[in-house]
Amino acid sequence: MKCDLCDKEAVVHMTQVVNGEMKEVHLCEEHAKAQGMDIHSPISITDILMGLSGTQKNIASELSLTCPGCGMAREEFRKTGRLGCPECYKTFMAELTMAIKAMHHSGQHVGKIPAREGVQTRIKSKIARLQKDLEAAIAREDFEKAAKLRDQIKKCRDEGAQEEGAKK
Amino acid sequence: MTLDGFLERHGGWLEAGPEEGPVISSRVRLARNLRDTTFPGWASKEIRNRVWNEVVLAFDGVPDSKSFLRWRMDELSALDRELLFERHLISRELAERQTGSGVFVNEDECRAVMVNEEDHIRLQSLQPGMNLQKAWEVADELDNALEQGLSYAFSSKLGYLTACPSNVGTGLRASVMLHLPGLVLAEEIKPVINAVSKIGLAVRGLWGEGSEASGHMFQISNQVTLGRPEIEIIANLEQIVLEVIEHEKNARLRLMSTQEIRVHDHVGRAYGILANAALMTTGEALDLLSALRMGVDLGLLPKMARREIDRLFIRIHPSHLQKEAGAALSPEERDIKRALLIRKFLEGK
Repeated sequence: MKCDLCDKEAVVHMTQVVNGEMKEVHLCEEHAKAQGMDIHSPISITDILMGLSGTQKNIASELSLTCPGCGMAREEFRKTGRLGCPECYKTFMAELTMAIKAMHHSGQHVGKIPAREGVQTRIKSKIARLQKDLEAAIAREDFEKAAKLRDQIKKCRDEGAQEEGAKK
Repeated sequence: MTLDGFLERHGGWLEAGPEEGPVISSRVRLARNLRDTTFPGWASKEIRNRVWNEVVLAFDGVPDSKSFLRWRMDELSALDRELLFERHLISRELAERQTGSGVFVNEDECRAVMVNEEDHIRLQSLQPGMNLQKAWEVADELDNALEQGLSYAFSSKLGYLTACPSNVGTGLRASVMLHLPGLVLAEEIKPVINAVSKIGLAVRGLWGEGSEASGHMFQISNQVTLGRPEIEIIANLEQIVLEVIEHEKNARLRLMSTQEIRVHDHVGRAYGILANAALMTTGEALDLLSALRMGVDLGLLPKMARREIDRLFIRIHPSHLQKEAGAALSPEERDIKRALLIRKFLEGK
């Protein structure tokens, strides 16, 4: 099979999902390298996902994007698959969102919350958890349960708004 | 503080535990990072040192902080770092790190906190046998105590923020160490591993990531850390592991009903070599001890404490042998010591 970008034999074959559509990608050694893939070292799922999102938009300004929190450049992060600091999650949000969804099939935390986090975080998280349950209830057509969950979510939202109001 | 004390003792997680036949231990690991602080892999020495100091201070808030010993990697010899690794108390990655990296280990070795590994904090809780619930409760409690003195990097959307996005959310990795010689001998291990991998769990060898399954030991762990509450991740893993245990038990029963003579031969030969060999490599010892362990489970060998065999699985490793000898040993000297250690054990000394 030939490389998508030139006439050489493709050595890297991948299936990527862009906006819900499957797409086959075939690249020769040079073009794979140019996309930041080191085909001779074992690749982790993180590397693959990071590399993939890189193939979509190779705009110069995006490549030179640097995290204001720690100075890590996008290139660096794509190479290692490791972030430099908590702030990087905001800086590289665009490509991280896709990678995280692909890894965890979710984009919303529903687990433990540090005690130091504010009431708002707790309420937001509770709503997220209830919403997940609500979706599940609707999927299995358990409308009685869904109605109860909907009321609970509304109650949580009101509590959140009250808290917000009390602060002002 | 010296590490020699470890040699006389064994980890509390090597006591008897539920389902101790096929299950060695249950482990829960939590990844945590400090707010507005560069992750260890990208941080300067100053930042890494500051993180270490902050964690030392935060440990004062742990109710039984006195039961923890602590070491910095840059003050330990290569041999001591290796010893901690062989006891499953630190990762290979931590052993190779220097400034600001270190570990807190409590006396029974059931809890350990690595500082400045891939994340600022990697908190581990180990329990004997099948006991993920307890491991989680212990980890959760220690996490709560540490958190009183530390501000964690956290987002309401992505949960605990980690250096690698594969750990984000709960930062939780739960795993169970299994001994599955029945499935290996019955040649049924591959489909089981494939099935487990397909439902989003990872199967690894004795030493975690990238390691081979020596001694028929396998670690099964969750991969997804975001979008599910901790207890759900743990319950899901537990359910799958219990099924794998059932498969292992069935494989052993089937082997015993259809090929008893072969199983007997396999175990007996292992015993024969272990009881008489004068030279033994780590790899050979692990494989033979695995057969011995199964032989005890199946009642094919005179009564022997299974947990004593489990301790041997750790004591035969290079750093343990060298620590015990009190000197650096060449590979051949180690093979002699290893063979001797096992012979003495089988003679009941």
